[in-house]
Amino acid sequence: MTLDEMKPGQVCEIVDVIAVGILGQRLMDMGFIPGTRISIIRNAPLIDPIELEMKGYNVSLRHSEAKGVEVTPL
Amino acid sequence: MKKESSKKLVAVAGQPNSGKSTIFNILTGARQHVANYPGVTVEKKTGSYHLKGDSIELVDLPGTYSLTSYTQEERIARDFLLNEKPAVVVDVVDASNLERNLYLTFQLAEMDIPLVINLNMMDVAEKRGMNIDAEKLGQQLGASVVPTVGNRGKGKNELKEAVRATSKEGQSNQFRLDYGEALETHLMSLEEILSDDKTLSGRYPLRWLAVKLMENDTEAQRLVKENSSDGNKILNFAEEKRKSYISTQKKPPEKAIAQLRYQAAQNIAEASVTRKKEIKRSLTDRFDQIVCNRFLGPIILVATIYLIYELAIVQGYNITPYTWPFLAGFRDFIASILPSEGFIFDPFFRSMPLWVVNGTIAVLNYIPIFLILFALIAILEDTGYMARMAFILDRVFRYFGLHGQSVLPMVIGGLYVGGCAIPGVLATRGMKDEKARMATIMIVPLMNCLAKIPFYVLMIGLFFAAYKGIAMFFIATITVIIALAIAKILSLTILRRKESAPFVLEMPPYHLPTVQGVLRRCLERTWLFVKKIITIVIVVAIIIYVLIYFPGISKERKAYYISQADQAQQTFLKRIGKDNPYAPLFASDKLMEFAQYWGDYKKAKMGAKGKEAKEVVDQGFRKKNFEFFKIVKKGKYKSEGKVIKDKYAKKVYTAYKKLDKKRNKLRREDREETIVGSYMGRAGRFIEPFTRWAGFNWRVNIALMSSFAAKESSVATLGGIYQSPPGEKEGALEERMREKEVGWTALHVLAIMLFMAMYPPCIPTLLMVRLETGSTKWMLFATFYPIVLGLIISILVFTGGSLLGLSGMQAMITFYVLALIFLVLMGFIKREPELT
Repeated sequence: MTLDEMKPGQVCEIVDVIAVGILGQRLMDMGFIPGTRISIIRNAPLIDPIELEMKGYNVSLRHSEAKGVEVTPL
Repeated sequence: MKKESSKKLVAVAGQPNSGKSTIFNILTGARQHVANYPGVTVEKKTGSYHLKGDSIELVDLPGTYSLTSYTQEERIARDFLLNEKPAVVVDVVDASNLERNLYLTFQLAEMDIPLVINLNMMDVAEKRGMNIDAEKLGQQLGASVVPTVGNRGKGKNELKEAVRATSKEGQSNQFRLDYGEALETHLMSLEEILSDDKTLSGRYPLRWLAVKLMENDTEAQRLVKENSSDGNKILNFAEEKRKSYISTQKKPPEKAIAQLRYQAAQNIAEASVTRKKEIKRSLTDRFDQIVCNRFLGPIILVATIYLIYELAIVQGYNITPYTWPFLAGFRDFIASILPSEGFIFDPFFRSMPLWVVNGTIAVLNYIPIFLILFALIAILEDTGYMARMAFILDRVFRYFGLHGQSVLPMVIGGLYVGGCAIPGVLATRGMKDEKARMATIMIVPLMNCLAKIPFYVLMIGLFFAAYKGIAMFFIATITVIIALAIAKILSLTILRRKESAPFVLEMPPYHLPTVQGVLRRCLERTWLFVKKIITIVIVVAIIIYVLIYFPGISKERKAYYISQADQAQQTFLKRIGKDNPYAPLFASDKLMEFAQYWGDYKKAKMGAKGKEAKEVVDQGFRKKNFEFFKIVKKGKYKSEGKVIKDKYAKKVYTAYKKLDKKRNKLRREDREETIVGSYMGRAGRFIEPFTRWAGFNWRVNIALMSSFAAKESSVATLGGIYQSPPGEKEGALEERMREKEVGWTALHVLAIMLFMAMYPPCIPTLLMVRLETGSTKWMLFATFYPIVLGLIISILVFTGGSLLGLSGMQAMITFYVLALIFLVLMGFIKREPELT
């Protein structure tokens, strides 16, 4: 499944970054690397974007971008 | 490397939120210079300091997470390192985020530069239970590692010393990241081919180039093509290597490289960090639970925006009456050294410089607003709340091709009523998404700036007096509706090809901003504004002056005015009588001396508040010229404790008052005639047949055109055209306009108001647009699209409303509903391309 399907409170692990180009590179640069654990913190008040925690820092993504990350729930 | 005592170039690099600017500031102190990197709008800060005879020139590179060629910032940082070859690079690392920060460190090390690693924000790391062994980290990375706490200045001297020592050694970093056998064999053969090329190997770090070619980096490919005669051969070879890697490893090299870098970062971090307890951002998390809460979040956000508006725009504006006297004093000083005014015609070298000074101080008057605004923005940025604002609002704004970060510039520009587009455009600076940023810059001037308000008030008073509140609400919100629709249209059309950054936004922990940091940024930005804007405002003011005052009235008309003036003066002399003891005061050319005195006295008296202040003014003028003083006091004054009534002086007073009135009337008539006959006046008449469809006659055309320099002048120009005596209230101007424009209906006024709402940005804003977009073409676009848009809307409302026989209110409501429907429809048009 992809990251955008995860709900706040869930924890998952990255399987692969399927986005390519600038988005793929940006995600990898920010630490979206297979094996990394992600906790979904919250949705924005209007659901999109979402806030995640990984590697000790927080980052927010739009659903359309979270679709580019393949994960498996833990 | 040669020993040199001359200037050494040192670059400061680091990821966003690593405290890089704080480190830059504590190293350089006050000696800083802000400019832009050549050809782009990214800010380039330079500074310098001396240490033990070495002079260091420091350059602040843009904060970047990586060094790819995908974003402008990364390209700038990279090109600087490649081309300027700094003696040392200080890599500012957020100690509490070591792993992700090392990802950049590796890329810097790859570029063969002497590296000093600065472990910043050690206090935050400690609070999170991390104990970092700096020495061990240094051994692993082959560089000196200096721990600091930037916002407390801790570790500053050690960092300077490390920079000095590293620059003396001149040794580039020896750390070499092992990418694993599968990649390394390809990298090695690529390096070998590259080293055969003399130009390339002389200019660029070859291992870096090899890694970049494997990553399929377009900029690196360009470098090879441009610098090597065998460019295509090398690129073909690299392409082969890439293909062979992908076929055996089943993934693109760039993916593998990123993974390996993170793997290495993790290994190194684990070896040098001992954790006492689990990582927690407890306070930040608790804060965010409230600030980003579904219900509380938006409320806090609106409250924050309101607070910014209240503090900067409202309170800042309330300060301007206190700062205005300084500006007015400056103007009066200039006026006093210029050639003195004439009875009717002022000399060119008086009226032109005064016009320029007036235009300049009209803009400078907003400085208190800018200072408060820039301080508040700095606080928002430093605390980390800015990222939360973007997080909360992104969904709404994205529908219209904008970004969560667009809200702040729009608020500053006057999202509701009252703002200023100049700092609004400047506030787009932090936005990473180039496409959304450009769209924001283009629509900020459509907001309702402070200077548009008096015009609205005047117009509403003309025909919507019964519905003041509704009309104001209409104009305040219709501008937002139109602006959002325009943003969407722009992003679907001419901005389609602009770089759009993914919304991958770090939410940094909250932290308290330092007073020093906030003050520095606020003063820096204000100064930048003053410096950039003022010089050009002066040039533009001169041009507008020429357009509005030239070619001037004909010789015959001039003679007519002179004869009228002569006649008035003769009448005046007759009125006071020959045997009046004051008559010699007005012989030949002395009249102007009194005129000056009279004007000064009136002005001083108007400016003085309270009985005591008025008394002080009286004393001053009495000392200046006692004879004149008797006259301006209508002959009633004190002398040696007695009240004296002088009927001759009173007579002169009455007669002069009449003369003064006549003089003002003649001056006004001359001014109107000059404006009407001026280049701009001719243009106003010329386009009247067209603008009639929008309900504008030539008088309105002139007022609108002349307010281009600064919108403040629109009401003043109307005052000039409709001959409202100076200093009279707006109500009076309304009356005059009604008298002169008998044919006007509420539709005329509505069309004019809507045109003013869309009106082209004032010149200073356009300059800001030029500065922030880095392009004259965009500036011209920002000038002309609002005119076209405004005309379309005005024609629609006026001609359409007239044909349908709508009343002003009916037309207003109809237009509002239509605009709203249009906006909603625009919102539904495809949002953004999905994953590429």
